[in-house]
Amino acid sequence: MSMKETLTNPIFNNNPIALQILGICSALAVTSSMQVSFVMCIALTTVCAFSNLFVSLIRNHIPNSVRIIVQMTIIASLVIVVDQVLKAFSYEISKQLSVFVGLIITNCIVMGRAEAFAMKYPPLPSFIDGLGNGLGYSFVLMAVAFVRELFGAGKMFGVEILPLATDGGWYIPNGLLLLPPSAFFLIGLLIWAIRAWKKDQVEAPDFKMAPNTVGSGSHSHS
Amino acid sequence: MSSSNDTIKKTITVTVLVCLFCSIVVSTAAVMLKPLQEKNIEQDMKRNILAAAGMFDAERDVDEQFASVETKVVELSSGTYTDVVDAATYVPRAAAKDPQMSEALSGSDDLAKIGRQEKYALVYLVNDDSGKLQTVILPVRGYGLWSTMHGFIALESDLQTVVGLGFYEHGETPGLGGEIDNPRWKAQWPGKQVFNSEGDVELGLIKGIVDTSRSGAEYQIDGLSGATLTSKGVTNLVHFWLGGKGYGPYLDNLKAGKT
Amino acid sequence: MEHYLSLLVRSIFIENMALAFFLGMCTFIAISKKIQAAIGLGIAVIVVLTLTVPLNYLILEHVLSEGALAWAGFEDVDLTFLGLLSYIGVIAASVQILEMFLDKYVPALYSALGVFLPLITVNCAILGASLFMVERDYNLSESVVYGLGSGIGWALAITALAGLREKMKYSDIPEGLEGLGITFITVGLMSLGFMSFGGIDL
Repeated sequence: MSMKETLTNPIFNNNPIALQILGICSALAVTSSMQVSFVMCIALTTVCAFSNLFVSLIRNHIPNSVRIIVQMTIIASLVIVVDQVLKAFSYEISKQLSVFVGLIITNCIVMGRAEAFAMKYPPLPSFIDGLGNGLGYSFVLMAVAFVRELFGAGKMFGVEILPLATDGGWYIPNGLLLLPPSAFFLIGLLIWAIRAWKKDQVEAPDFKMAPNTVGSGSHSHS
Repeated sequence: MSSSNDTIKKTITVTVLVCLFCSIVVSTAAVMLKPLQEKNIEQDMKRNILAAAGMFDAERDVDEQFASVETKVVELSSGTYTDVVDAATYVPRAAAKDPQMSEALSGSDDLAKIGRQEKYALVYLVNDDSGKLQTVILPVRGYGLWSTMHGFIALESDLQTVVGLGFYEHGETPGLGGEIDNPRWKAQWPGKQVFNSEGDVELGLIKGIVDTSRSGAEYQIDGLSGATLTSKGVTNLVHFWLGGKGYGPYLDNLKAGKT
Repeated sequence: MEHYLSLLVRSIFIENMALAFFLGMCTFIAISKKIQAAIGLGIAVIVVLTLTVPLNYLILEHVLSEGALAWAGFEDVDLTFLGLLSYIGVIAASVQILEMFLDKYVPALYSALGVFLPLITVNCAILGASLFMVERDYNLSESVVYGLGSGIGWALAITALAGLREKMKYSDIPEGLEGLGITFITVGLMSLGFMSFGGIDL
């Protein structure tokens, strides 16, 4: 796999959220605002890339029996650093992100990539892989945040795009989009869109509908 | 991964080294960034206080704007200033959790549904250049639909006219109860009257839009459409904190000039 | 008492871990195909949450928070920045210990819950509950109630979803929406349903 593929594959072909259902836990609660989501994406991409890098650097020295805890320690330390930096330089946003930065620790993408990729490959590809997966996550998060903020509050990155009726404009915002359920609907529709485009990602149904046999089949016997 | 990695010696060495390295990185970051973080928290609070009083100017330095504000501790039951606790370090929110520093409220006493009320509260006084009292800013909080709403209400020196009300923390439904952050809604507060002729708190939200031609409009604020419980919560917290259980005794003393 | 009841109801229905805060989603979606498995995982989550939230509270109160180490002679030490690391450590350790304990003394329960326990360490709902406990300043008894409540809420949500998915196997879903897509939309509708508990006041 070339470097470019390592970077771009997780964004469309093998998007961690859309395909592997990984890491959406910490993702959705912050998507009602693009600005906050954007900071969350940067935080996660940074943690994912660097945890991959560090795990890969010491991959030949990590004893098998304690490898999960070693990875966890590295990830947790990175998250703490990111959290501290946010609190110091971007206090307003860190207040809105509240516990969700901390939850990056248990984000399955970060752990998953450290275990599945960084333990086997050299530092540079691992770093790129982390970056790619982080960006794949960011893609989904920003897409959801875009719809929620634009149609829910008439804004993009906090800047008014559609003047709201409550402030003398014409747009009546869809309040549902600011509530938690809308994030589920949007992710569902997004997965539908991705799968309609990339047919090979469709899951085989557990049960197939039997072909319609009215007239010629069982019904005529009864 | 070679099998030699799994010897006890190697396992311990690697774990210790990883822990050591991580702890150095983490503690360096924490220690170096701490002053900045503390400053952020302090400035955020000051900004909220100033914003409630309608004095906040984003262009100017927060500390400079806050210089004219005086912080004092008030004993709520007697309504007098006290120095039992230090205004600089006192945290009312922590005190409200501490059985020594607070009182449990129940039933009809607990209009704002806060559970426990601290015995001492912080008040912020703004004086004009000649040292005359201009604005009193009082911290208020109360339960809405989902969450406790924390904010400030600012009164003019007659202690009757509202200067502003603002919330800095709440978890109300965005677009409905969350409209308590809407500047257009907040703009109704300045100039409203708090107490009626009997001296009771009259100020509150009504259902629907206030008809300014009717008498009593000076005590009324538009209700938030689609957010009955948040509207009720705001009315309740105003009544609670400006009433006898809240800052009532303090405001009476201030009016009589005997704090 | 009323206060605790109110907190319990809030944490089960209104502030449901899975449906209002999106926590524990990975396992929530992955293990909700069969009711049996969902119930097993749900119970495991309740047990672990009720244990770890108060445990983390004790750690915070007696080791990490400012001045907590006064008994050891460090009066001005504030270790709260180590919170994240300690909480996840406590969670991983207690899950491991619980697993060993069940294996040794309650083998019947172990065979029912055993496979789910390792999954739980990386379940965001567990760490999330501890972090919410810290953010909202709960005390010891509140944290027990909160841990229990959020566990029950999560278990309720996953069991309900598993029930729906078992029925949904037989429905004719548009191509591409099958599996994940329709599951998310179902979860969205459930989340909408749970929102109607908002404003309940005890």
